[in-house]
Amino acid sequence: MTDKLVLENASKSFESQPVLRDIDLKVGEHEVVCLIGSSGSGKSTLLKCVNLLIPIDEGSIWLDGLEISSPSVNPNIVREKMGIVFQAFNLFPHMNVIDNITLGPRKVHGVSVEEAEDRAKLLLDQFGLTDKMYDYPDRLSGGQQQRVAVIRALASEPELMLFDEITSALDPELVAEVLNVIRGLKQEGMTMLIATHEMGFARDVADRVCFLDGGLILEQGPPRDLFTNPTQPRTQQFLQRIVEAGRL
Amino acid sequence: MVQPATDPSVPGVGPGPGLFRPGRRTRIKEEGAKGALVAFVATVAFFGVVLTLVLTSDAWPDVQRQFFNWYHFKQAWPAVVSGFWLDVRMFLVAEVLILIISLVIAMIRALRGPAFFPLRMLAVTYIDLIRGIPIILLIVLLGFGVPALQLKGVPTSELFWGITALVISYSAYTAEVYRAGIESVHESQRMSARSIGLTQIQALRYVIVPQAIRNVIPALLNGFVSLQKDVALVFVLGVREGVREAEIYNASTFNFTGYVVAAILFLLVSVPVARFTDWYTDRDRRRKRAMST
Repeated sequence: MTDKLVLENASKSFESQPVLRDIDLKVGEHEVVCLIGSSGSGKSTLLKCVNLLIPIDEGSIWLDGLEISSPSVNPNIVREKMGIVFQAFNLFPHMNVIDNITLGPRKVHGVSVEEAEDRAKLLLDQFGLTDKMYDYPDRLSGGQQQRVAVIRALASEPELMLFDEITSALDPELVAEVLNVIRGLKQEGMTMLIATHEMGFARDVADRVCFLDGGLILEQGPPRDLFTNPTQPRTQQFLQRIVEAGRL
Repeated sequence: MVQPATDPSVPGVGPGPGLFRPGRRTRIKEEGAKGALVAFVATVAFFGVVLTLVLTSDAWPDVQRQFFNWYHFKQAWPAVVSGFWLDVRMFLVAEVLILIISLVIAMIRALRGPAFFPLRMLAVTYIDLIRGIPIILLIVLLGFGVPALQLKGVPTSELFWGITALVISYSAYTAEVYRAGIESVHESQRMSARSIGLTQIQALRYVIVPQAIRNVIPALLNGFVSLQKDVALVFVLGVREGVREAEIYNASTFNFTGYVVAAILFLLVSVPVARFTDWYTDRDRRRKRAMST
């Protein structure tokens, strides 16, 4: 399996507070890697660093063998190859669904309006949102908003998708429809790096799970190993609490 | 925090009651007909007393002759009105320029990254310096100073330099209004825009600024009211706008009614804008509240 994404000794501090410490992580082509850990463990920061939204202080990040953390690399060209979806406030509230989706292709890739809309309609159809095409985000449920956000990220035809706790801000009954979208992407062979609090989902969809604690990857492995036989005491403690909360 | 959409006037929410605020009106309705009657009687009694005191005072005939003289009102009216029309035109030209220039300054200030440091520094310096200079000083400096230089190709019109001074000064303040708007847009919006590949400038133009402007429309309208009056300051340069015409009338008649004419004209424009601002702000707040429920 070739490596799609590689992080080597990646570190990041905010005002001398370390948020990521010597992160070594490889994501293979078509692999799905889930990042788990409590809030503040660095999952979100890691994803934003990969998307170059936050610059790392030390170490390096490689995409398809190119060092994208190098200052000479144009971040906009890197971002064409990956999509990211955040916890909330993804959609632009002053644009309807189709404009949200086509903004990137039109303004960044120079695609004509007709072509961009045709592609957007195909995606909307595929995700069952055709009837929402001309609605504004405030008319959509939280789950629909997140599905549109995924479609928008897919509209630029990325090779790697990053998900930053995209179901954390949703009502419980809306979580499944969003997670099913990710399951669908896995079947299509999309390479994905997913930060999540949904342990059942991580166990089910991930090829590999990484447990982050205090900015370190404490432990990683296939979900059945990590969830049933965690070796680190911190991992055991974390999973114990999750089980007690009825989330696994 | 979240208020029911059907009850926008819960006491203690929003700004204090103003005389014409819808919140106040609704409150009167809640207190019922008895409350409305008390309000009516109190208002009539209060203004009745004040008016009686003023009109029966010994000085009133003099005041009326000097300030509220119908003969002089009619005499001063044509010149002051034509001068005021120049105020209105100055306001329109200046406001358009201000809205554009200040937006550019605010966008420059919002750019991130070390490469844009010189531009950011320039924007901050401009805002700090200009906001620190009294507007009247800027008008005098440019209006008298620049024409005195007699530079080739540089306009010597006082009107031109008066408007320029207003635009320079108001652009600094309005840039800060826009900046507040830009900073009020959630950080995820900027990250989302950047993540789909938009450049910083594209992200500002298509995503951040449209939302920012919507958030600061009341503050911008407030600036309109302020500028609409401040255009009169160019009268110091001798530009024959409304206040200047009133001054000329006063100089030849020693009667101040011309100034009152000018005041009435300014009020006719600024009061509706102020009412509109309140109405808009209130509608906007109610809409946001309805959306959050």
